[in-house]
Amino acid sequence: MTNNNVIVASENGSAKRVLHSTLLTAGVEELDNTLSFPVDLQQQLKLQDNRQVKLSIKNLVIGYLDKQTGHTMVAVDKVNLDVREGEFVTIVGLSGCGKSTFLNAIAGLVKHQYGEIRVNDRIVNGPGTDRAMVFQKASLLPWRKVGRNITYGLELGGMKPAEAKEKASYFVNLIRLNGFENHYPYQLSGGMQQRVNLARALACDPEVLLLDEPFAALDAITRELMQNELLELCEKVGKTVLMVTHQIDEAVLLSDRVIIFAARPAYVLADITIPISRPRKGHIKDSEEFRNLMSRIWSIIEGNANIGGGI
Amino acid sequence: MRKLTVFQKSNTAKKEKILNLLLGSSVITLFLVSWELLFQFKVVNPLFISAPSRVVLAEITIIKDGSLLTNLSVSAKEFLLGYAAAIIIGFPFGIMLGWFKLIRGSFGPFIAALQATPRIALMPLFIIWFGLGITSKIVVVLMSAIFPLIVNLRVAMTTIDSDLIHVARAYGASRWQIFRSIAFPTSLPFLMTGLRLAAGRGLLGVIVAEVFGGAEGIGYMIQYAGSTFQTDKVFAGVLVVAVTGITLDFTLDRLGRYFDRWRGEVAVH
Repeated sequence: MTNNNVIVASENGSAKRVLHSTLLTAGVEELDNTLSFPVDLQQQLKLQDNRQVKLSIKNLVIGYLDKQTGHTMVAVDKVNLDVREGEFVTIVGLSGCGKSTFLNAIAGLVKHQYGEIRVNDRIVNGPGTDRAMVFQKASLLPWRKVGRNITYGLELGGMKPAEAKEKASYFVNLIRLNGFENHYPYQLSGGMQQRVNLARALACDPEVLLLDEPFAALDAITRELMQNELLELCEKVGKTVLMVTHQIDEAVLLSDRVIIFAARPAYVLADITIPISRPRKGHIKDSEEFRNLMSRIWSIIEGNANIGGGI
Repeated sequence: MRKLTVFQKSNTAKKEKILNLLLGSSVITLFLVSWELLFQFKVVNPLFISAPSRVVLAEITIIKDGSLLTNLSVSAKEFLLGYAAAIIIGFPFGIMLGWFKLIRGSFGPFIAALQATPRIALMPLFIIWFGLGITSKIVVVLMSAIFPLIVNLRVAMTTIDSDLIHVARAYGASRWQIFRSIAFPTSLPFLMTGLRLAAGRGLLGVIVAEVFGGAEGIGYMIQYAGSTFQTDKVFAGVLVVAVTGITLDFTLDRLGRYFDRWRGEVAVH
C-alpha cells in the first residue's frame, strides 16, 4: 500500500514527491490546514483504512498493436489501484484515455502485458465469477425473458434452473421490475433494460462489480433517474464497485473515491476522496460542496488535456 | 389518447384485411367461372383444358378408387425421408460452416459449386446409382432441400451479435456455453426460414423426380394421366400438390412466427 502511493505520487511530478515525504513525517491533522494538495492527504489517510482490499492492481501495463503503424502502443501505463470492501470507486478521464481498456482488463477480457490484478488477493488472468461487468449497452439475450436474462450469469456458473429462478424473483424486486419477469427485452424501455443488465451482474454476487459507462447510452432524464437508483441500490447491497464514466457529476454522486486518469497512455493523475456522507440523495448535486468537488475534478482533467493529453 | 390511436390503426388494418380477402377470392372465382364457361361452350377443345367441375369429379374418382392415397403415401414417404435427411445433415453442417473458420474455408467453395449445379439435371445419374425406386427420389429431395438449410444456418452464425458474445465471455462462458446459449438461439429463426424454403424445393424435387422416371407417386400419376390425355386427372393431381404445398408453407410459417416471438415484429421472409 505504501509502495503504491509513492509510485502514484512520483508520476505526478517531483514537487509532489517532496510533499509526500513530508506527509509521512507530519501529523495528519496539522497538515489539513496547510496542505495545498488535498489529494495526497487523502492518499495518506487511506493508509489507516483497514477494510479488506478487494481489488488490487499493481503496475498494470496494457499495450495494443496499432494496425496502421505496426507499433505496439501503451494504452495503460503502470497503474496502481486498490479498491476496498464496500467501496465505490469511479475512474474518469478524457475519452479514449484507456479507462475502458483498463476495466476490460480487470474483467479478464483484455490481456495485460505487465503487472498484476488481484481479487481477494488471488491473481486473476481471465474472466471469472468473482467479477461481473455491466456494459454500456444492455446486451440482453433477446430471446430470453427478463427473469432468465437476470439468471444468465448464474446459469453459466452451473446453477440449477429452479434455484436460479428463485434468485431471479429477488432481483426483479430489487430493480423494481415486478410484473415484467415475463417480458422480452424488446418490450422494455432503455432504462429498464439497463436495470436488468445491472441485476444480471448483481445476481452473480461478484466480489467486485464493474460498471463500464453504464448510463452513457441513456437519455439525460433516464440517466439522472438511474443514477439515483444505482445510488440507492449500492447503499442497499453494499457491493465493491469500480465504475468508468464520462459524467463527472455521476462520478461524484456515486463514489467514495474518484480516480482521474491521464490520457494516452492512462495513468493515475489524481485520486480524490468524496467526503459527502451517506446515505446520499440526488439533490446533493445542488450543494456547494458537490460543485466544488466537480470543479476540482474538472480542472485536473482540463489541465491534463491542455498539457498535451489531447482531446 | 394513445389507446385511441392504437384502436384506429387496428380498425383500418382489419378493414384492409377484409377488402383484400374479398378482392382475392373474387379474382379466383372469376378465373374458375371463366374456365368452366370456356369448357361448357366448347370455346377450346375440352380435352385440352378440362374444367373445374370435371377436376372435382376426377378428384372424387381417385379418392374412391384409392389411387390418390396410394400415390400420395409414396410421395409423402419420399418427401419426408429426404427432408428429414436434409435437416439431419444440413442443420449441423450449416452451423459448423458458419461457426468454424476452417470448415468454412475448406468446404465453402465446394458447397457453392454444388449449389450452383441444377440438381434435377443429375436425375439420370441418381437413377443409374439408386434405381427407379424411391431411393433416387429421396436423394433428389435431399439434394434440393439441403442447400437452403445450409445457406441459412451459415448466415445465422455470421449474424450473431458480438456484444452478446462479449457479455457471455465476461461471465466466464466456455465456447460450448456460448454456442448453446447464444449461437443456437440465434440460429432458430434462420432454421425456420430454411425449413420453409427447403420444403418448397423438396416438394418440387419429389414431383419432378417422379415425372422424370418411376412407377408410383403423385408425380408419376400426373405424368401418366398426361400421356393418356386424362387432363381432368392431371389437374386433380396438380391440385393435390398445390394444396399440400400451401398447407406445408402455412404450418412452417406459423411455427416460424412462434420461434420469432421474441423479436418485436415478425419479419416477413
